[in-house]
Amino acid sequence: MTAELDFENWTCPVPLRDTPAVVMGHGGGGAMSGELVEHLFLPGYGAAGAATELADCAVVTAGDTRIAFSTDSFVVKPMFFPGGSIGDLAVNGTVNDLAMVGATPLYLSAAFILQEGTAMADLGRIAQAMGAAARAAGVRLVTGDTKVVDNGSGDGVYVNTSGVGIVPDGVDIAPHRAAPGDAVLISGDIGVHGVAVMSCREGLEFGTTVSSDTAPLHGLVAAMLATGADVHVLRDPTRGGVAASLNEIVRTARVGVDLVERDLPVPSEVSDACNLLGLDPLQVANEGKLLAFVPAERADEVLAAMRAHPYGAGARRIGTCVAEHPGMVVARTALGGTRVVSMPIGEQLPRIC
Amino acid sequence: MKYLDEFSNPDLARRLVDQIHAVTTRPWAMMEVCGGQTHSIIRHGIDQLLPEGVEMIHGPGCPVCVTPLEIIDKALAIAAQPGVIFCSFGDMLRVPGSSQDLFGIKSAGGDVRVVYSPLDALKLARENPDRQVVFFGIGFETTAPANAMTVYQARRLGIPNFSLLVSHVLVPPAIAAIMESPRCRVQAFLAAGHVCSVMGTAEYPPLAEKYGVPIVVTGFEPLDILEGIRRTLVQLESGRHELENAYPRAVRAEGNVAAMAMLRDVFEVTDRTWRGIGTIPGSGWRLSERYREFDAELRFDVSGLHTQESALCRSGEVLQGLLKPNECAAFGKQCTPRNPLGATMVSSEGACAAYYAYRRLDLVQIS
Repeated sequence: MTAELDFENWTCPVPLRDTPAVVMGHGGGGAMSGELVEHLFLPGYGAAGAATELADCAVVTAGDTRIAFSTDSFVVKPMFFPGGSIGDLAVNGTVNDLAMVGATPLYLSAAFILQEGTAMADLGRIAQAMGAAARAAGVRLVTGDTKVVDNGSGDGVYVNTSGVGIVPDGVDIAPHRAAPGDAVLISGDIGVHGVAVMSCREGLEFGTTVSSDTAPLHGLVAAMLATGADVHVLRDPTRGGVAASLNEIVRTARVGVDLVERDLPVPSEVSDACNLLGLDPLQVANEGKLLAFVPAERADEVLAAMRAHPYGAGARRIGTCVAEHPGMVVARTALGGTRVVSMPIGEQLPRIC
Repeated sequence: MKYLDEFSNPDLARRLVDQIHAVTTRPWAMMEVCGGQTHSIIRHGIDQLLPEGVEMIHGPGCPVCVTPLEIIDKALAIAAQPGVIFCSFGDMLRVPGSSQDLFGIKSAGGDVRVVYSPLDALKLARENPDRQVVFFGIGFETTAPANAMTVYQARRLGIPNFSLLVSHVLVPPAIAAIMESPRCRVQAFLAAGHVCSVMGTAEYPPLAEKYGVPIVVTGFEPLDILEGIRRTLVQLESGRHELENAYPRAVRAEGNVAAMAMLRDVFEVTDRTWRGIGTIPGSGWRLSERYREFDAELRFDVSGLHTQESALCRSGEVLQGLLKPNECAAFGKQCTPRNPLGATMVSSEGACAAYYAYRRLDLVQIS
């Protein structure tokens, strides 16, 4: 019976049939988000759609210059949380999308959709946070837009940022370059941002010392590239967490990943919160971490460069890229068993008990 | 919660695994009742460490999985009504009813909200006196005390616009039903520690005696489960069938006396239908006469709904331990977490979901 199983290539014959309307899971960064792009947006765009592989950041050329181009929207609730706000996220999120192709971020746009009735004081705090984050990242906010929707049509403040940067010569970082033998590295503790936001979400509100890890990562990337190592893949594991990012990479590159569960840097506050809510730390969002696939023989050197940078002090190797089980991420458990690390489907749902 | 780390210690786990191997001389089949234990077993790969022939049968203890389709359809019908705020724990939102799920109702304009405590639903009722607020009260003995407390508070505070859609189920009658089944292969049970922390252990010795099965109250961390398995095997190998408490840090024989008093006040025992299994006599709770006015089924006219189960779904057999998830022809094909045919594939504690999430590698390698 099991010979007929084909989990990874299985596609629903009518992919969107069970959701005739958009549901929350379509924005969760997991399988449902991917299906929406694959089965609705790309067919709709037709020949005008992307000619290259889909990624959070496109690399396009203008003359001899390779330009990185990315956009992201931020709808986080609550807007202010331990360690940051929607303003920091909106800047750092796009800066990091650019950084994940090795680009030097230069310019950002900022577009706001505001709900009627939003407090000016809140909006002011968000603008100041964006300014501070942009200065810290060394980027300029150069264009933007503002729209207001009726009270009840939105939910506070939505922010979209787009960004451009320049990709240095010789740098080629993309998911398809993941290769068997690569060391899989993480720049520090995982799940921190997601738990920080959940800790102050209405109805949850549990006490924790965890603050969001939101941070711009292009400096860390530059330090890694300065080693001269051929960095194959970089990815910031935001929504959907490390699990979603690794699953996307292994599917794109048709490779597998073996993780060693005890090597995953999960702070006790994060594992406690996840135990309580029935969540997997590997699926919880990060905003200031990166995953890297680098040739194993250069891994120690790259790790040393990461650890010398403030945003990579907790860097470590968490696994290996393998040729076996292509399209699948497998973790060796602390007890010696194995388990598959799945792609999250849609929204993470806290369990009943 | 650092305390819990001690119960995942790999060295201690290895020692327990060695002891389990040392004590085992022949094949045995035992059932872990609780879905939380199922996920822990599969997530940590515990079943891969057991002696050949020692089989873990996954029991019906997932509250989301066993909530009957009829109740889910009633929930969908209530949630779709204008003026209703329908509150639920998160993992009920993706469980398919006859035609859709609560996410679909939400998408179509229904006011469906995920809450983390039934008391949050009561707070919503106080804040929205012109709306009807309904809480979906599902689960085993574990979640029932908080739901009972919420109804008690609604009555005490005089909050008329709150009601509970009740679908509570009880573990001991399910154990009896499993043992009564002519196809039963279960030789021992790991009882659900959280259930016993509320209800105590008094209901289990008669079951162990009547059916001649060891019952070991077991926790949820890896070492808890390995210790529960070890003690169960020791009993099986020595021909004993007793109740043992391998989870003393949480379970006392008398249970939580205050919670049980609240349960007796608010609920009364009733026959309950288990999804995929059928009706088990005396296996559920409904609101007692004193609290009947807070029963959502009576407040909203949702009788006469036509329910339709998937013809392909065999989750009932999975819930009874008669079928492993991957032995179902639809597993991983017509039925995935993305397109679940039954609740066992969608619930965070469902056996099918556990196999799909954590065990696909084995299944691919086996093939």
